[in-house]
Amino acid sequence: MRPFTYERATDAAAAVKSAAETPNAKFLAGGTNLLDLMKLEIEHPNHLIDVGRLPLAKIEDTAEGGLRIGAMASNSHVAADPRVRARYPVLTQAIVAGGSPQLRNKASVGGNLLQRTRCAYFYDTSKPCNKRAPGSGCGALEGLNRNSAIFGASHACIATHPSDMAVALVALDAEVEVLSPAGQARSFPLMELHRLPGETPDVETHLIPGELITAVVLPPPPKGGQVYRKVRDRASYSAGLASVAIAGGRMALGAVAHKPWRAAEAEAALASGASPAEAIGAELAAASANGRNGFKINLISRLVPAAVAEAREPGRGA
Amino acid sequence: MKTTITVNGEARTLDVDPRVTLLDALREHLRLTGSKKGCDHGQCGACTVLVNGVRINSCLSLAVMHDGDQVTTIEGIGTAETLHPMQRAFLTEDAFQCGYCTPGQICSALGMLAEVAENWPSQETADLTAKIAFTDDELRERMSGNICRCSAYPQIVAAIRSAAGELA
Amino acid sequence: MTSVIDWETTPNPVKENRAGIIGKAVDRYEGPLKVTGTAPYAYEVEPPSPPAYGVMLSAPIAKGRITGVDTAAAEASPGVLLVWTYRNAPAQGPRPARYDFFTPSPRPALESDQVYFFGQQVAVVVADTLENATAAAALVNLTFEDGAKAVIFHDHYDEAVDPPGEKDVEIGDFEQAFAAAPVKVDDVWRTPLQNHCQMEPCATTAWWEGDHLTVHTSVQMVRFAQNSLAETLMLPHKNVRLLTRYVGGGFGGKGSFYEDLVLASLAARELGRPVKVALSRQQMMHGTVHRPATEQHVRLGATPDGVLTAMSLMTITHCDRRGNFTEHASNFARNLYAAPNRLTGHRLVRLDLPVASAMRAPGEASGTLSLEVAMDELAEKLGMDPVELRIKNEPPTDPETGKPFSIRQLVRCMKEGAQLFGWDRRLPTPGQVRDGRWLVGLGMAAAIRGNFLLPAKASFTVDADGVITVKQGMTDIGTGTYTVLAQIAAETLGVPLGDVRVEIGDSELPPAPGSGGQFGAATAGSAALDAGMNLRKAIAELAVGDAASPLSGGDPAQVTFQDGVIAIANRSERLSDLIRRNRPDGLTADGEVRPAADAGQWSSHTYGAHYVEVAVDPVTGEVRTRRMLGVFAAGRILNYKTARSQLTGGMIWGVGSALTEGNVVDARYGSLINQDLAGYLVPVQADIGEVEAIMLDEVDDKANPMGIKGVGELGISGAGAAVANAIYNAVGVRVRDYPITPDKLLAALMAAGR
Repeated sequence: MRPFTYERATDAAAAVKSAAETPNAKFLAGGTNLLDLMKLEIEHPNHLIDVGRLPLAKIEDTAEGGLRIGAMASNSHVAADPRVRARYPVLTQAIVAGGSPQLRNKASVGGNLLQRTRCAYFYDTSKPCNKRAPGSGCGALEGLNRNSAIFGASHACIATHPSDMAVALVALDAEVEVLSPAGQARSFPLMELHRLPGETPDVETHLIPGELITAVVLPPPPKGGQVYRKVRDRASYSAGLASVAIAGGRMALGAVAHKPWRAAEAEAALASGASPAEAIGAELAAASANGRNGFKINLISRLVPAAVAEAREPGRGA
Repeated sequence: MKTTITVNGEARTLDVDPRVTLLDALREHLRLTGSKKGCDHGQCGACTVLVNGVRINSCLSLAVMHDGDQVTTIEGIGTAETLHPMQRAFLTEDAFQCGYCTPGQICSALGMLAEVAENWPSQETADLTAKIAFTDDELRERMSGNICRCSAYPQIVAAIRSAAGELA
Repeated sequence: MTSVIDWETTPNPVKENRAGIIGKAVDRYEGPLKVTGTAPYAYEVEPPSPPAYGVMLSAPIAKGRITGVDTAAAEASPGVLLVWTYRNAPAQGPRPARYDFFTPSPRPALESDQVYFFGQQVAVVVADTLENATAAAALVNLTFEDGAKAVIFHDHYDEAVDPPGEKDVEIGDFEQAFAAAPVKVDDVWRTPLQNHCQMEPCATTAWWEGDHLTVHTSVQMVRFAQNSLAETLMLPHKNVRLLTRYVGGGFGGKGSFYEDLVLASLAARELGRPVKVALSRQQMMHGTVHRPATEQHVRLGATPDGVLTAMSLMTITHCDRRGNFTEHASNFARNLYAAPNRLTGHRLVRLDLPVASAMRAPGEASGTLSLEVAMDELAEKLGMDPVELRIKNEPPTDPETGKPFSIRQLVRCMKEGAQLFGWDRRLPTPGQVRDGRWLVGLGMAAAIRGNFLLPAKASFTVDADGVITVKQGMTDIGTGTYTVLAQIAAETLGVPLGDVRVEIGDSELPPAPGSGGQFGAATAGSAALDAGMNLRKAIAELAVGDAASPLSGGDPAQVTFQDGVIAIANRSERLSDLIRRNRPDGLTADGEVRPAADAGQWSSHTYGAHYVEVAVDPVTGEVRTRRMLGVFAAGRILNYKTARSQLTGGMIWGVGSALTEGNVVDARYGSLINQDLAGYLVPVQADIGEVEAIMLDEVDDKANPMGIKGVGELGISGAGAAVANAIYNAVGVRVRDYPITPDKLLAALMAAGR
């Protein structure tokens, strides 16, 4: 790791103020992704603002019948929360499908959303990567890209977003609340947090520099069953090859795009009475393979109908 | 930076470079080398310690983040003369071979039992609203953040089962 | 020279096992230290003064040379004490043209501007703290000229040559018999490059006192590493003391040693203070050794009633440009099944990849993944049960040499395994058993692994407290060496286990070859037994010659040893009393073992049978291993607890081989793309269901004086094939390109219209 300075933020306003005033500063919450990347010199902030102990870890009911989840709540606490388990089981299922218990105990909700891709070419600093070193090229494009994106990729980047939790949150139509460097709060749909890679895969979200995620807000649970299914090479503690979150009539896919992928075409097809296989077929019409990741198209075309059937079983609703 | 961490019940004040991880602070500064460095990237679990009773990967945490925290390492769990029931069970069931992942496994197992007692769910939990049925599959899933390349996995399950019975 | 006949006919305390300590499932000797985190591994040893920290930099190209070196920024970085590249590294012994696995020789670090493989260490930075050294290492600015490289195995089959000193082995006329066979299997299997992934990365702590070096490191072979290090440093062997008391996994990958050992030693000398160097997890993947990939062509020909008439396993594999290691995947096929016409052999391709070497059960681990699946395919074509097919082709003597087997209980392993597992519940037609979203299948395979014995020495000392200390330059890499040596000592000298101390992992102790090839327990243990018997003799002679002893004047051959008491009939005294009176500083005896001159007259192996139940989701191609049973015959078992763990560990490695493990090479860079434990997937707890290993009662009197054999590698042999066969039984498709990941299984399912 390169040298950096460290401060522990006392409140959110001070944290964003410090971020605005300090060049090349980063927020540090759980650290499970940022420190991993700093050790590899993929990330090299000059200054860390530890927001891990800010009073943003509460999980509260909203007046609208939803839940507000503080950005500093640990992944484990969210997964274990009785309200989440009863009303948003897809969220619990997605969270416990990610990482390991030790990682989930440390990782925050905000950090989970902002975790960076696990693309091997991003991680290996001897390789070109437009996300890590803009303009250097994409090592994965012509490389061993078995786990790369089939939706929304660009010639500059075919990396995927690794979060499981975010896939469920997108299917649940969550919103994020953020605090700007000027101390202004705003909120917007989580679906609009992450960007597709385009020409600038190093810019991964629509947050403005120095903005801090303070909470994720869930609307009341949708009608209908919920389920999260993740397929991977081993049974646990590994990245997904593909995943799907279903929440009533809404569906999102994981490990297939630079962002959690809301399967809008499939949702529309299902709503108009198409079979699950037809519906996911409509979604996959926009998918494209890059060599070794073509199997994901087949995998999703088989996984999603199975997941839809599972979500329609009795007792899967909120 | 001055950082005070209560390690195994004893307040320890360190003046550390902010880059020092909790794992390296334990191993290189406090010479508590029971916590192991297997990957240094949260991919193996050998560095697992309990922070305020919760298991985490100490390699992916900075020492300065833990000012004021209570950290329990394998050295704080029991000694060779007075083994903790979990340590005794690992020995009796032969739940290790090379021994390098073992301190992390034992810390993780204790953290895991606390999580089960709190009724935290896992990927194996079928009914999220019921009390956890602590099956072997639940145990295996919950211990999957600790790799054992010697592959003492079945013996680890037996050891944790045995100790869990004793600790219950 | 020793003869096998002497081993068979001479009684000894291990065979007699009067106190019953041999075979007992006792807890690990060093276990209390390991479960409390107080066993110091190499990086954790307390040096005499505070250490400096070394961090190495690895080459980002596969082949070429270093064209520019700029270390100014690194040298100016805080806390930096030393920066070395090939330009300023100290002189070291010259590298031999080719390495021989067992012959010590110099292994210089940072020796030239040449880069031979991706991840080769090209610089080291030593600083006052680990953080400063790590940061400065990233500031070393090297430029490279990237040369043309050959790294993709299957693109260079035309360059394949016979391995050094080897030719194909043909018995009868294979081609003719295969062409004439009415029932055939003819398929190709591929196994990937695999990595050991020991939990403890290679690490060294080194310090000097004058011109004497003390170095704690993590290796499997003490004497080999110590001699090689001394020759690298151009020092007399005796000036180097190498210790490796606790080794966090080896599996063959620490059979050699790496730049951490050499550079820590050199830097400690340069700086006049202790230096610690460890490889990072990423450096372990390229910078150590790996199991090379194979392509295996199996052809089986049989009569309609299941008699093999022709059998061939031909392997193409690879090693590094300067190496000669061969993954002998075809060798075991020479001993396993009867068939009058046989062809086996290997071809070797040299590539610009990292160094290939031994990984747990080199040869069998790869080779059984083809032949033992081919047997399953043949059984199906014949309409026979796979167990019956194997029994039908059980050879009465070694199928190639005609030599008698020292002992062979393969059929018994298969039969007892079938019964214990419930093999009769297997439905021969695949895809018949559904459990929720899963299809369930059963599979089996045979296991075989060679038996070896190497020369070794040991010494036993009894002190005035009656405590026996075993000393041997042996290693315990998780295998149970400490424990079985203690058991042999306790049984041999008739003392409680608690009165035995074991000192190993030190080059100043009597030499033993170390851990590898599952020869460790037999080799180290036989030398220990000899030392123990010599100490018994010395004690007996001391007692009968001591006028103050109740045993005075007796026949030394009549002295018995039990519960710390020596006796002749009803005359007895405590062993400690005798020693305290006569040898207050202790009495020592040495022992050794050498391979018997006539050992080659027998075909000697360990055997087993695997039974596996898997569940496969036919929608997604996910596989879960639910249940594994192995039944093994491996000679006398010294400790049922540690032996069982070795076997179940090997079986789980088989699951990894079948389902998840493999490094993938990017041809453009000549590098492995999965470089860490998130990319190279070894099994985790959730991948493994119930696992049991049963050991048959067996004594192999021709193996060594104790009649034991090894178990460290037997468990993996065939285990992955049994998983693959179970997958076929579950879903009716085969993937012959390991590992069998969901993408490959899905493609096979869809190709089959499912």
